[in-house]
Amino acid sequence: MSFAFYLVAGLTLAGGLAAVLLKNTVHCALALTVAFAGLALLFLQLDAQFAGFAQILVYIGAVAILIVFAILLTKGSETPKDGVFSRSWLAGLAVAAAVFAILGWAVLQSAHVLPHEMAVPQVTVLQIGNALMGRYVLPLEIVALLLTAATIGAVIVAMHEKEGRK
Amino acid sequence: MTPLTAYLLVAALLFAIGLAGALTRRNAILVLIGIELMLNSANLNLIAFWRYGPHPEALTGMMFAIFSIAVAAAEAAVGLGLVIHIHRHAHTTDLDKMNRMKG
Repeated sequence: MSFAFYLVAGLTLAGGLAAVLLKNTVHCALALTVAFAGLALLFLQLDAQFAGFAQILVYIGAVAILIVFAILLTKGSETPKDGVFSRSWLAGLAVAAAVFAILGWAVLQSAHVLPHEMAVPQVTVLQIGNALMGRYVLPLEIVALLLTAATIGAVIVAMHEKEGRK
Repeated sequence: MTPLTAYLLVAALLFAIGLAGALTRRNAILVLIGIELMLNSANLNLIAFWRYGPHPEALTGMMFAIFSIAVAAAEAAVGLGLVIHIHRHAHTTDLDKMNRMKG
């Protein structure tokens, strides 16, 4: 593995850890942005340019901003007095460690049967567009419908209730 | 260690970090952040299998990841809308204090 992979993977994991561990919620959102950027770099290293730039546009451009807006709207940046972790944090940590142990064990056990193609795939944006409009047109339409429904639903859920109507 | 194994291990570690965050934090927005991390690590798996698996020209893993990104964006919008609504209703985003289903 190259040095660049270890650098980017370390950046991503450090960002993820900081997003989960930091006390101030706004700092968590900024660390999450670092993790998203690291993941986009990992996608670029995997020769998936389109997915990498979509990751930057969607996650750093939209989701991270949305999370910061939600934090500021809910005054979530104030650190609570009785700690940031829930009462059952030990059980949660144990479940997460167990999940990682099982996943890592499965990956290492199956390492010799995993596919290993070294040829760099030559995929242009034109091919991706053709695939989206050809073979994958039905999922594309369903995702378009889902995004429309989610936008309307989010607006309705977060909308102010009128006075006198509960 | 082959590159695919390394990517899968990074994705598994990121998934575990996100799961730990979703299970241990009290703030509802931090739980959503953990869920976003888990979704992203799944995307990393899809892209890594697409890159090192046979027939990358079929674009299957890439398409899966792109649709997964779109669905995760919809999930984030609705989830944060719900958190804002609950905050307006109960004046807290602390999940330990949200212990009633009736408003």
